[in-house]
Amino acid sequence: MEEVRLHYDVNAYDFTCAGEASGKLKRSLKNLGFNSAVIRNVAIAVYEAEINMVIHAEGGVIDAIITPDCITVILADHGPGIPDIELAMKEGYSTAPENVRALGFGAGMGLPNIKKYTDEMNIDTVIGVGTTITLKVYNK
Amino acid sequence: MDTVYHSVGLDKSKCLGCMNCIKRCPTQAIRVRRGKATIITERCIDCGECIRICPHHAKSAQSDPLSVINDYKYKIALPAPSLYGQFNNLTDVNYVLTALLQIGFDHVFEVARGAEIISDATRKILKQGNVRKPLISCACPAVTRLITISYPELIDNILELNTPMDESARLARLEAMERTGLKAEDIGVFFITPCPAKITAIKNPLCLERSEVNGAIAISEVYPLLVQKMDKLKDIETLSESGRIGVSWAKSGGEASASLCEKYIAADGIENVIKILEEIEDEKLNDIEFIELNACTGGCVGGCLTVANTFVAKTRLNTLRKYRPVSCNHIEGDEVPKELNWEYPLEPMSVLKLADNVTDSMKLMNQVSQMVKNFPGLDCGTCGAPTCRALAEDIVRGYASIDHCIFRLKDEIQSSTDNDVDNLLPVPFRGIDEEKLKWT
Repeated sequence: MEEVRLHYDVNAYDFTCAGEASGKLKRSLKNLGFNSAVIRNVAIAVYEAEINMVIHAEGGVIDAIITPDCITVILADHGPGIPDIELAMKEGYSTAPENVRALGFGAGMGLPNIKKYTDEMNIDTVIGVGTTITLKVYNK
Repeated sequence: MDTVYHSVGLDKSKCLGCMNCIKRCPTQAIRVRRGKATIITERCIDCGECIRICPHHAKSAQSDPLSVINDYKYKIALPAPSLYGQFNNLTDVNYVLTALLQIGFDHVFEVARGAEIISDATRKILKQGNVRKPLISCACPAVTRLITISYPELIDNILELNTPMDESARLARLEAMERTGLKAEDIGVFFITPCPAKITAIKNPLCLERSEVNGAIAISEVYPLLVQKMDKLKDIETLSESGRIGVSWAKSGGEASASLCEKYIAADGIENVIKILEEIEDEKLNDIEFIELNACTGGCVGGCLTVANTFVAKTRLNTLRKYRPVSCNHIEGDEVPKELNWEYPLEPMSVLKLADNVTDSMKLMNQVSQMVKNFPGLDCGTCGAPTCRALAEDIVRGYASIDHCIFRLKDEIQSSTDNDVDNLLPVPFRGIDEEKLKWT
């Protein structure tokens, strides 16, 4: 099956570029002609995950593997890891520092939103090593 | 492909084939071919950025000449509120409206009046609450067209009302028929326009079978005629029937503040409009109720067919609105009359996709990615496309070939000679990393 792979680097603490990778991915999905609802779901989920990388994890890498049936995005960082995933999944729970919240980020909706807008989501996290989030949106 | 009408046109004799417009176009709709700029019609949104940037004045808007009004027995001028901001020391818009009668019109109907009605309708719709938020203004046709080609997901957020121009034209004709007893086709309704997007909206409407407006005359064309008349005016007729709200529509923020909702955004300038549309698409603005978007910096007073400096015109509007009533035009009752609604839904025009189905698009995108890796990434524009990526997309779509890149050309020349041809390239391009440029 035909496959498109896209790769993006995300810089740490760089809010001027935050959202750039998800924006580029969105543009590529439009070029590929996916329906707009699918594109929206991917864009929102990846944006949230990208912002998480910028806030919590000293940046990381994003890889998208796109087939006609499914868009898989793997976001890998070498950040502190998530101690309690269940707690982190709660709406409104946030560990973002005050200076980040002052910018309007860190409302505690990141992970819940990623789950809401994707068909599958997997969090692989090791304290002190990093977190890899894999999300899938099917082309319906 | 060329069935789409656009008001932005090119005077080939003036076009030198420079790179200014291809770099400026927000939808990457222009390519230089054989020394001339050509517009990819399905991508053009008639925003007028190329008209503004062209140093040779080769790009222009195809507005109607004033003489077109003579085709009708009864001629009505629909002045855009931005017209009022064009005149220095103007204290009363009735000078402008009276002068319009003196240059050949039988009647004037201010678009500010239609704007106040649309504002009233917007308030009613926001109050009823059964719309997708944030609600996006329908007033700037360049923005509406941009949404249909690049942000189809946001079509449902657009306020499904006629523009103030179309609403004014509809009312002006009805009023005139009643007043004169003439038939609809004997009455000519002409918009005095600040921009090319409105001209396109008249000649090729998106959500109406046919526009009620019969023609569009540029502000820049009537301006000198009006100034001559206004200097000599003795009897000023009281013709204005609009208030602050209608006049304020001429500048960015006027429409949004008239929505009377607490949380609104007014963004102007096409690059800022794009940023806001991206944010709406990513659901970052879900707490906002109403969004006014104007393709031109400053709003309609920044249109490329206006005469005055945008910011000077904004200040003049502030002075003009000072002693006016808030609003003079309202809708009776709580319901929005159906005449104000679109006749057709807005259809998405997906011009971004590389091929008709996802699988084919993927094949092409992989080719594009491969090509982009091998291009120098300078986005120099010498191939006629605005970026290396745009050239690669053109190539896979069959509209360009790889030898349009001058670095590829240099390699070809190099392959037939032992001399170093690096010096043949323009200075900024010499010594580009040869390792990067491996053509496949």
